[in-house]
Amino acid sequence: MRTRVIQSDQDEVATNGHPATSGAVQVLDRPQEHEAVAAPVVSAHELTRQFGVDETAVQALRGVSVDVTKGELTAVMGPSGSGKSTLMHILAGLDRPTTGDVWIADTEIGGLNDTQLTKLRREHIGFIFQFFNLLPMLTAEENIVLPLRIAGEKPDADWVEELTAAVGLGDRISHRPSELSGGQQQRVAIARALVSKPTVMFADEPTGNLDSTTSGEILSLLRESVSSYGQTTVMVTHEAQAAAIADRVLFLADGLIVEDIGSSSAHDILKTLEAVTAR
Amino acid sequence: MIGVALKGLLGRKLRATLTAFAIVLGVAMVSGAFVLTDTLGKTFDGIYSDSYKSTDAVISSKLAIKTSDGSTDAPAFSADVLNKVERLPAVRIAQGAIEDESRLVDKNGNAIGKANEGLALGIDPSGDQALNPLKLVEGQWPRGDGQIAIDRSTAEEQHFALGQTVGAFGDGPLTKYRISGVVSFGSEGSIAGSSISVFDLATAQRLFDKQGKFDLIRVGADEGVSDTELIGQIRPLLSETTQVKTAAAQAAADSKETQDGLNVFKYFLLGFGGIALFVGGFVIANTLAITVAQRMRELATLRTLGASRRQVLGSVVLESVTIGILGSIIGLFVGLGIAAGLTTLLRATGIDLPSNGLVFSTRTIVVSIGIGTLIALLASLRPALRATRVEPIAAVREGAVLPPSRFARYTPLASAAVGLIAIALFAYGVFMSGVDLKVRIAILVTGVLLMFVGVAMIASRVVRPLAYVLGAPGARFGGSAGSLARQNAVRNPARTASTAAAVMIGLALIAFVATIGQGYKSSFSSAVDELFLGDYSLSAGTGDGEQLTNKVAQAVAKAPGVEEVSEVRSGKAKVGGKTVLVTGVDQNVAKVIDMTWSTGSASIPGQLGRHGAFVLKRYADDHSLEFGSPLSVKTPTGKTLGLEVIAVVDPPKGGSPFGEISVSTATFDSGFANHGNDLTLVNVRGGPSEKNTAALEKSLAAFPAAKVETREQFKSSRTKDLEQSLQILYALLGLSVIVSLFGVINTLVLSVFERTRELGMLRAIGMTRRQVRRMIRHESVVTALIGATLGIAVGIFLAVLTTAALSKYGVVFAVPYGTLAVFVGVAILAGVLAAILPAKRASRLNILEALQYE
Repeated sequence: MRTRVIQSDQDEVATNGHPATSGAVQVLDRPQEHEAVAAPVVSAHELTRQFGVDETAVQALRGVSVDVTKGELTAVMGPSGSGKSTLMHILAGLDRPTTGDVWIADTEIGGLNDTQLTKLRREHIGFIFQFFNLLPMLTAEENIVLPLRIAGEKPDADWVEELTAAVGLGDRISHRPSELSGGQQQRVAIARALVSKPTVMFADEPTGNLDSTTSGEILSLLRESVSSYGQTTVMVTHEAQAAAIADRVLFLADGLIVEDIGSSSAHDILKTLEAVTAR
Repeated sequence: MIGVALKGLLGRKLRATLTAFAIVLGVAMVSGAFVLTDTLGKTFDGIYSDSYKSTDAVISSKLAIKTSDGSTDAPAFSADVLNKVERLPAVRIAQGAIEDESRLVDKNGNAIGKANEGLALGIDPSGDQALNPLKLVEGQWPRGDGQIAIDRSTAEEQHFALGQTVGAFGDGPLTKYRISGVVSFGSEGSIAGSSISVFDLATAQRLFDKQGKFDLIRVGADEGVSDTELIGQIRPLLSETTQVKTAAAQAAADSKETQDGLNVFKYFLLGFGGIALFVGGFVIANTLAITVAQRMRELATLRTLGASRRQVLGSVVLESVTIGILGSIIGLFVGLGIAAGLTTLLRATGIDLPSNGLVFSTRTIVVSIGIGTLIALLASLRPALRATRVEPIAAVREGAVLPPSRFARYTPLASAAVGLIAIALFAYGVFMSGVDLKVRIAILVTGVLLMFVGVAMIASRVVRPLAYVLGAPGARFGGSAGSLARQNAVRNPARTASTAAAVMIGLALIAFVATIGQGYKSSFSSAVDELFLGDYSLSAGTGDGEQLTNKVAQAVAKAPGVEEVSEVRSGKAKVGGKTVLVTGVDQNVAKVIDMTWSTGSASIPGQLGRHGAFVLKRYADDHSLEFGSPLSVKTPTGKTLGLEVIAVVDPPKGGSPFGEISVSTATFDSGFANHGNDLTLVNVRGGPSEKNTAALEKSLAAFPAAKVETREQFKSSRTKDLEQSLQILYALLGLSVIVSLFGVINTLVLSVFERTRELGMLRAIGMTRRQVRRMIRHESVVTALIGATLGIAVGIFLAVLTTAALSKYGVVFAVPYGTLAVFVGVAILAGVLAAILPAKRASRLNILEALQYE
């Protein structure tokens, strides 16, 4: 059940991409401490997710409540099997919780059918994947505007140009993925995620398939998109370096949020992670 | 390794099943053709041997000449021989009989069955019936000219009872008879769907103009007389145009024509089975090529574990052969089912096949399974060889691709060479004269098959532009799904090309048939437009080739307003050992048919007399005939007609009703036993009008088979048979298109499988299930359309060569635009159908699993 009323301006949520006020961390089990701050764009309440049935059943999430705050970069960390990917999938509308409810941009997804949910993702969610997942037969530019094409919208040429410049693709724009380096491919993927000005962008191990130098560049780019476009972002990562660019870091273990800290150094994050893992 | 291959197959059940289906239909055609023709053959053999069950020897007339198609009926022979035969010491009993054609009329006055589906028998009712193949079920044998006995099937179906009257007509007008008896043939109510009318011998002789003649004499020997002795005694009594055979030999001879016909039918069906199998081979080769590429890492791993190249080769071949055997076994039984269904259907349409079961011979089993397995084996060779080129290192290398074939760089050259050889062979086959028919067919078939292979080889180079054009409507109106589909179709041009090539084969043959058919139709129509001057035609109403009794001409001449009636009849004869068609015409022919005379004038038909003849210009040129040239024509009745050329006629290229040689009706009738008319044309005062049609129809009331047709009706009824044949050919060729659809399904399923992660991404970023389905569907339609385009192009190309070769027979080249447009529509529909399963799988992918898929 929904326990709180969204207090933000609805228009602002719908037409994202404008700088938004940065807000404090909101975790639903402590709402009384954070009354009346910036609105969450995605919020989840008492999520559980069970895979399989009977003896083989696995509880990936055991009751997670979380609000993703507008304009923030939230990192989700945790050891393998902690449920961090499952949480991201549910928050992104790719998976449904066994119990609990999820609100994405003012819509509770439990009542949506597949097509409605797909259209919700189309409108409000952007994705960056570990393996880039670009279409090999399309050029970089065609890949970037793909979400708009799928939605049947005409890309705004100025915006696409600005975006390609911002992600640093420039002259590689008419190349196909096979002609691009891993880093370049991930830049294309970031531009693709940003092109529809989503309410929230999800990045699943965005640097997992890149060398450390390139990783750094991609992380800067992500940070940049949050800072300059106010792009609300949730990033799942197991790398402390990556989580260090976040405004907030959530730690999951055994299907529960066990730590929720603000912007921290890689060193502190690593220590927290070790502590969480050792638990 | 064998275990690995078979387990792999089990793990990919869907693909194995779909691939097996590529074989199933072709094998089903093969086994169905065998079972059906074997069953029909056995049935007819039974019928023929039953007709001489208690008979020892049969005297019948012998054709004086053997015409090339063997379709000429033997004339009746003089009854005098019966007395002499009866007196022979070896003969216990001898009975003359009449066998002709006559149809019954139902209670509404309509003729029952089709032309040729009514048997008439004349028997001696007072004689011993021991030799009569018919059994009296109830009543009496007919006596005198007012009685008839009919077959049990017709009696039951039409609710005729003893004592009722029934109309029957043979050569003459409709006559009413009282039903004196009901007969059966063996245990069957009728003979393979034909109705039976039994008349008293004298009545039959009069009815069919065979007074003092018999069609056959059945002879029963005294006890202890051997066949040889019996035949030996009879033979010296016979004239040049009669013969005697033992009952078994006669049954075999009677059955031969049917068996020859069935053999043609069998090879015809086997041909289509062969085409379907050829397409199936394409589908299997393509599917294996894709799976080898997809299983590269698995194959490489096997190599690192020590599998030799030979073992890798063996595993791919074994997989294919297993699929082949599986598909063949299923196909064998599907064919059996088809044959069972068809015999049931034949029975339902009134053809009384004795229900003595389907003939399922060992040969059917061996050939069906053998051919299916062989095709699968051959189809696997190329992909298997490519599989051996997978290096063990590919097991660990990310994104390794199959090394190109060693011969890849020669492909353009090879495909051009194959294409040229194919065209040369085909052109040789159609243009070369004096080639034995079997050799010609072999050359043509090889040429066509090679052409398909050549086009398939080169197709990958035209896929890109074709997909661009053919995918344009989809990209334009299908949104992102449409344009992604178009791009997907060209991601792997070789794969799309070979998938489309399978579709191409069926459509090429269909387009070829349609174009030739159209060419024939338009040349026929223009010839009719050019020639047909008459107001009306009277015809048997069942399309081409049916003759109508000449008595209608006399009947119609009495109708009010009729100015001229002209008859044209024809028969095969021999001139200098070569078979020619001889037509008999009357003096009015030039008034109903516009004839162009090279030598002579429109008065010629009236001046033919006893010995005059006019010949076709082509025939005259080939044989250096001119005015006054003598011609000696040997007819099937044994007569030799001494003729003199008095004119040369030059008919239009689309053909004419005239044979090489035309004589007067009287001359014709003196030499030929068959006096039915090919054409009966009528001129009436005031031309065609409703009133005149009614008057003609009224005058023909006694001839239920005769139809009054205007020129346009004549054209459409005479091309109806062609239309029907075309439809049957389309249906049979459609089977190979269905086979190729399994190829499309396979390719799409494998592509979906290959693009799993990509589909997951598309779904994640907002592609709906419906859009996914549309994307797959569009890709399928683009592939099918590429196949259709290539097919129609190849088909028309072949048709151009063929019509060029046939132009001397008046076949023109005419593109059937409407029909081809329908085929394109069918191809689109086929693409949509083929996409159903793959699209469903693609749209139902679990996004998360798909995204994690490697």
